Amino acid sequence: MTDSTAQAPGAAALPGDLTESTPARRRFRPKGSVVVMTLYLIFLLLPIYWLINMSLKTNAEILGSFSLYPRDLTLANYAKILTDPSWYMGYVNSLIYVVMNTVISLAVALPAAYAFSRYSFMGDKHLFFWLLTNRMAPPAVFALPFFQLYSSVGLFDTHIAVALAHCLFNVPLAVWILEGFMRGVPKEIDETAYLDGYSFPRFFIRIFTPLIASGIGVAAFFCFMFSWVELLLSRTLTSVDAKPIAATMTRTVSASGLDWGVLAAAGVLTIVPGALVIYFVRNYIAKGFALGRV
Amino acid sequence: MAKITLDNLAHSYLPNPAHENHYALKELNHDWIDGEAYALLGASGCGKSTLLNIISGLLQPSQGRILFNDRDVTHAPTAERNIAQVFQFPVVYDTMTVRDNLAFPLRNRGADAGYVAERVQQIAQMIGMEDELNRKARGLTADAKQKISLGRGMVREDVNALLFDEPLTVIDPHMKWELRTQLKSLHHEFGHTMIYVTHDQTEALTFADKVVVMYDGRVVQIGTPQELFERPAHTFVGYFIGSPGMNLFDAEITGSTAQVAGTTVDLGAGYAPKGGKTQLGVRPEFIRLNGSGDGLPAKVTRVEDVGRHKIIRLDVAGQPVSAIAEEGATVPSENTAIRFDPAGINVYADDWRVRAEEEAA
Amino acid sequence: MNKTVNQKAWFLVLPVLILVAFSAVIPLMTVVNYSVQDTFGRNEFFWAGLEWFSDMLDSDRMWDALGRQLIFSGVILAIEIPLGIFVALNMPKSGFWASFCLVLMSLPLLIPWNVVGTIWQIFGRVDIGLLGYTLDKLGITYNYTQDITAAWITVVVMDVWHWTSLVALLAYAGLQSIPDAYYQAAKIDQASRWAVFRYIELPKMAGVLMIAILLRFMDSFMIYTEPFVVTGGGPGNATTFLSIDLVKMAIGQFDLGPAAAFSLMYFLVILLISWVFYTVMVNLDKRDGV
Repeated sequence: MTDSTAQAPGAAALPGDLTESTPARRRFRPKGSVVVMTLYLIFLLLPIYWLINMSLKTNAEILGSFSLYPRDLTLANYAKILTDPSWYMGYVNSLIYVVMNTVISLAVALPAAYAFSRYSFMGDKHLFFWLLTNRMAPPAVFALPFFQLYSSVGLFDTHIAVALAHCLFNVPLAVWILEGFMRGVPKEIDETAYLDGYSFPRFFIRIFTPLIASGIGVAAFFCFMFSWVELLLSRTLTSVDAKPIAATMTRTVSASGLDWGVLAAAGVLTIVPGALVIYFVRNYIAKGFALGRV
Repeated sequence: MAKITLDNLAHSYLPNPAHENHYALKELNHDWIDGEAYALLGASGCGKSTLLNIISGLLQPSQGRILFNDRDVTHAPTAERNIAQVFQFPVVYDTMTVRDNLAFPLRNRGADAGYVAERVQQIAQMIGMEDELNRKARGLTADAKQKISLGRGMVREDVNALLFDEPLTVIDPHMKWELRTQLKSLHHEFGHTMIYVTHDQTEALTFADKVVVMYDGRVVQIGTPQELFERPAHTFVGYFIGSPGMNLFDAEITGSTAQVAGTTVDLGAGYAPKGGKTQLGVRPEFIRLNGSGDGLPAKVTRVEDVGRHKIIRLDVAGQPVSAIAEEGATVPSENTAIRFDPAGINVYADDWRVRAEEEAA
Repeated sequence: MNKTVNQKAWFLVLPVLILVAFSAVIPLMTVVNYSVQDTFGRNEFFWAGLEWFSDMLDSDRMWDALGRQLIFSGVILAIEIPLGIFVALNMPKSGFWASFCLVLMSLPLLIPWNVVGTIWQIFGRVDIGLLGYTLDKLGITYNYTQDITAAWITVVVMDVWHWTSLVALLAYAGLQSIPDAYYQAAKIDQASRWAVFRYIELPKMAGVLMIAILLRFMDSFMIYTEPFVVTGGGPGNATTFLSIDLVKMAIGQFDLGPAAAFSLMYFLVILLISWVFYTVMVNLDKRDGV
């Protein structure tokens, strides 16, 4: 009791405590982290705000005067994109190959991830590492060979070409994420199902798939996202018919004498799909990025 | 070392508790006397850990005060309270060696290096880990880790109180006994106020001077092991302590007699329960088998021989009852009758014990 | 989990194998093919041996690009990892605000990489960008198209903006997995804030931080689109990283032989480093599994 006044410095500022003990702490402690988070979020959102701000201005206003918000609010830039097929087809093309890629990636990754999570077989560890290396392969290395490969088989400028090319990094990613989630499902479930007379395909579809539904959702999200954000391969493998929105944007920058307003509007529209889906997987994002290993 | 006073204390995990049931810990006033060893006994989820965490300052009570030696520490942070606490599951600092783990609380308080080394050696001996002092804590077995946690709890000599939250759950049985003995001798040696949370009655009864029994967020009885055994203040105490637990009989009470399943039972004292559901509580030790027919008719369903005595399972008016008989006693084959030793009869109204009239006066 | 040995599991892996072989092995063979041949015109190739490799090893251009690349990856790791951990430590633990932060922080990760470039290209312009305009008004000379320092700062800040959230999310997930009892024990032991970080949080985050470092290193090592959009690799070659240089060489100048040799060595470096990371990661897994 004699030295109960001794107090370790900083011991009162532990995170993760749900207790929030003294009133003094209530006033003081969260303030620091709130300030940090606010500053960080401002840093993240300011450039995005600026893009939105510009997308709502006319070109004359963008170049003529400097303002923090659109004085002369206009939706003309968006109207232009949504009415001009050479613009909006970019979005359609992107969505087509992104969805194709997601479906292909998941379809092949599901059985493979199951095999990796449940069985050991000859060369499994090497195979797993080899898959990982494909996630790490620089697209720049593959751009030219892909171009030649797909040209020679007549797939150049098709959606499926981009979808297949993106499998290079999305399939390994999907296998990794799904394997991580499947490891969390006890093996007894499989064994019980087999004892109950389920065949493998029926067991896999009826019982196993629902159990790892969140994992599939996360894997799908990541395939979607990485295919959506990639530009180098999708631009190299397309010219007209399957041209992605990202490539449309780069072309327009150089051709139309820098139409900043439209460019900004196109940029804002590319953020929308990601922003929409992220809400649904917000609690699993970290697990997905950690390849299912948290 | 300190006397710890709980004044009007209650806690709810909900932000705006409206009903009594919203409280994990119901209103409580109690003094933990300096230097005593208490066991806090109760089933899982009865509020034991909540109470412990409030004392150590890990949790802020929603109402009431807590005082150490009459000094209000309700809002003092844990560090200032100078308390040691050991948790149910091992908490060790994986990247440190066993030695550094044990030394950690002392070093944080800036203790002298020589003293730290000496004290760590003592504690290591006590928990039987002298040979492993230089190993990394990572990779040790769960019970070795828990021994380190215990050691870290005991390493400081000047703490106000030592709190244990079911610390022996993961330790294997023979080590359990040994560690409990160590804790007791530690208590005798240093005279710390100790509070030991457990749901194991043997642990509670062997460890503590006083046992605090909690039920549904409420302290139902505080007393010596003997008091808990002879005069359970609540039917839960009777049921929870003792093996097998106390038998309960629905009864109608008039003065010093009771009607149980149509038979009149002599209570040995006068009672005046104020309404509600009245019951008699009789421990198996106070139930006498009476083959000659006098008393409550009963049927023997099973006899268990547990070594020092026999447990006789009976059926009394469709209700299971247990009795304890001497090792050598003869057990009637089937139909018999039971009588209660008046010294072992307790009367309950709505689960709370009713005092006999002369006791109350 | 102890797994059963089952060689038939190969059949389950087969689709992945075929697909990845098609999209990785065949193109890679083409690259190997080019790397040992020379051409003087359309479809006429002849054996060049390891000439391109020795050429590339002697070329200042590749070493310069590699040097810039290493500096860039080093700098962004040195900023993003500590900053990400710091942000994770300050994030709300649960409830509405935690979700709110998670969603907003993920936003930059979901923006197409060229749009990230576009955003910063605009943001940094002195005439129409908030950042450039503000700096200009403050009297700071800032022009990322002409000034090497400004170009580097822009590219680095852009990458920090784009990817720090990834590190923060991973670190946050690691922190979330620490049981409350550890923090409580630390309070009882009167550990300082630093000790809590050093002995509890950091060891528990080690696994996910490893993944964060691996991902950030790899992705920064192959960065192409974002700096290409903002600076085009300039001014001069100041922000020409390996991928940018490679694409310039292969598609811009159509120097297939050197580009292929370059590619293979580039890929090899990445393989080597990811193997080291992978081994460390697997060992961490094993050690924690005890």
